[in-house]
Amino acid sequence: MPALLRIARTLRRTLLQAIPTVLGIVILNFFLLQLAPGDAADVMAGEAGSATAESMAALRSRFGLDNPVLVQLGHYLNNLAHFSLGFSPRYGMPVADLIAQRLPGTLTLMALALTIAILLGVVLGSLMASFAGRIPDRLLSIFSLLFYSIPSFWIGLMLIVFFSVKLGWLPSGGAGTIGSRLTGVPAILDKARYMVLPATSLALFYVAIYARLTRASMLEVKNQDFVRTAYAKGLTPFGVTARHILRNALIPITTMAGMHIGGMLGGAVVVETVYSWPGLGRLAFEAVMGRDFTVLLGILLLSSLLVIIANAAVDIIHAWLDPRIGAR
Amino acid sequence: MAPLLQVDNLTIRFPRAEPVGNLSFEIEQGETLAIVGESGSGKSLTALALMQLLPRAAKIANGHITFGGRDLTKLDAREMRHLRGREIAMIFQEPMTSLNPVMTIGRQIGEVLKVHEKLSGKAARERAIELLRLVRIPAPEKRVDDYPHQLSGGMRQRVMIAIAVACKPKLLIADEPTTALDVTIQAQVLDLLDTLRRELQMAVVLITHDLGVVAQWADKVVVMYAGRKVEQALPGDLFNDPLHPYTRGLLAASPRLKHDFHYRDGALTEIPGSIVSAVGEAGCPFRPRCNQARASCSHHVPQLIVPAADRLVACPFTTSLKAVPHAAALSL
Repeated sequence: MPALLRIARTLRRTLLQAIPTVLGIVILNFFLLQLAPGDAADVMAGEAGSATAESMAALRSRFGLDNPVLVQLGHYLNNLAHFSLGFSPRYGMPVADLIAQRLPGTLTLMALALTIAILLGVVLGSLMASFAGRIPDRLLSIFSLLFYSIPSFWIGLMLIVFFSVKLGWLPSGGAGTIGSRLTGVPAILDKARYMVLPATSLALFYVAIYARLTRASMLEVKNQDFVRTAYAKGLTPFGVTARHILRNALIPITTMAGMHIGGMLGGAVVVETVYSWPGLGRLAFEAVMGRDFTVLLGILLLSSLLVIIANAAVDIIHAWLDPRIGAR
Repeated sequence: MAPLLQVDNLTIRFPRAEPVGNLSFEIEQGETLAIVGESGSGKSLTALALMQLLPRAAKIANGHITFGGRDLTKLDAREMRHLRGREIAMIFQEPMTSLNPVMTIGRQIGEVLKVHEKLSGKAARERAIELLRLVRIPAPEKRVDDYPHQLSGGMRQRVMIAIAVACKPKLLIADEPTTALDVTIQAQVLDLLDTLRRELQMAVVLITHDLGVVAQWADKVVVMYAGRKVEQALPGDLFNDPLHPYTRGLLAASPRLKHDFHYRDGALTEIPGSIVSAVGEAGCPFRPRCNQARASCSHHVPQLIVPAADRLVACPFTTSLKAVPHAAALSL
């Protein structure tokens, strides 16, 4: 199959390019984080309320924070070479375990938000393109502009006020009913109830982007000759849109979606904080506040890997969507 | 017997222009009608009007298009979709962009069969292979899974033809089918169209600005200028004895391929001015460019007169010239 071969070639190229990229990201981030004032020992001492110079020195030497910067970097890279992300002084556990605890929560949240965003965005964008210049298009344009410009934390708060406080339909925060012993389908439904609001707040901004992008992209494709050919075959307007216009219009959307996967992690920090969702975003936030740089470096490394994987996935989707791509 | 297609006083109007006015012609079953004229003369809009695929801003302001006893201008969208691709098919000028780049050609051919003949995916694929064979594409079993970018321009136009003839339409509209192709490929594609016309008993509306194409493949010619029919004749008559000053200008502007003709024997002439001068002209649209124009030409649009059997011309002052036989006519 030439398609499989094409995909394999894309993957190999991506993998080879990933190694120097990741290394660069780690080293750059390491030095950037050194610029922040204070370290984990300062924060821990501050939280303890009382600390002597000796106990702080003991903390620093225990976690290797008293070593010169380059030696610390060397240690970190050495750890990485042994597939270890290091040890968190603050949580008292290996960073890898910490991330493994939090990663699934964030990934499900992001996946759900991205799915909602793409599905809703493409549907709304198609509607806008079909009614371009008329009332439905104008109305949807106003809404998408609103979602585009309202910050996600505010949308989050308003959704909580409306759906949790006023209507009482959905929980206002957390990741599952505490102390419930549900298993199987009821457990999944319970989790889903907790995910609706955070995923929606995270998705709305992207819905707006995808809707506008789909609209523009479809209007461009609509004027192409092959669309006229499709009409000349006797296809219905819906058939023409679904089978001919949409697929050609999807390419810029997948590109954007790939780029957004990295950005969504940033959005997740805010949304996870608003909804006290136990995810990677909140862990990153806590790590910054606690100057827990090993954790932060681990998260940054992971998110860079995520972006690289997302880009590879986009390349593959492109090759599948458009046979002209991938012959490079 | 009633003609297959009868266009009667067709007027197409944009909010601020009238690109086609009072156009009438008819076409019998199995006949090839050529519509010639320069760019902007309303040929392509006429073709799109036959398919009821005019751009949204354009409206059919007047006239009827009768096809198989039904007035196409009065059909609703659903009835028209039922005809498109099944009874009336169309091929376009640009084979490079007229096919969907992300769909295999087999599926693009099969699509029209699925819509109109309710074929299953597998049956449609088999028919697509047959159709590719019909349009003389080598190794159709392999080519059926190709994407348009893997084919040459001539091959793509063949695929377009395969799509058009898939449901054995009664009328095929070919809008400059060979303009974007090499000359050698042009002849192949037109020969193919002509063969299919005879095999499938289709009528063909051939829109072109290539007089050589007209001479070789048309049964009847309509010359258009600025949205109006200025002359209609059989190709032999038209090339031997053009009546309208515009037709004369067109023929004088194309090479006469007499066997001893050489470019030093004389420069090709041109028609002075441009078609833009017809805009807002109250009288004969060709008057601003016509070397025989008189004062009365600016008063009203000239009526079509019948100077001889099977001929129509929209110029009251024309007389037969018996001009030098046109080379294209010699090849008939």
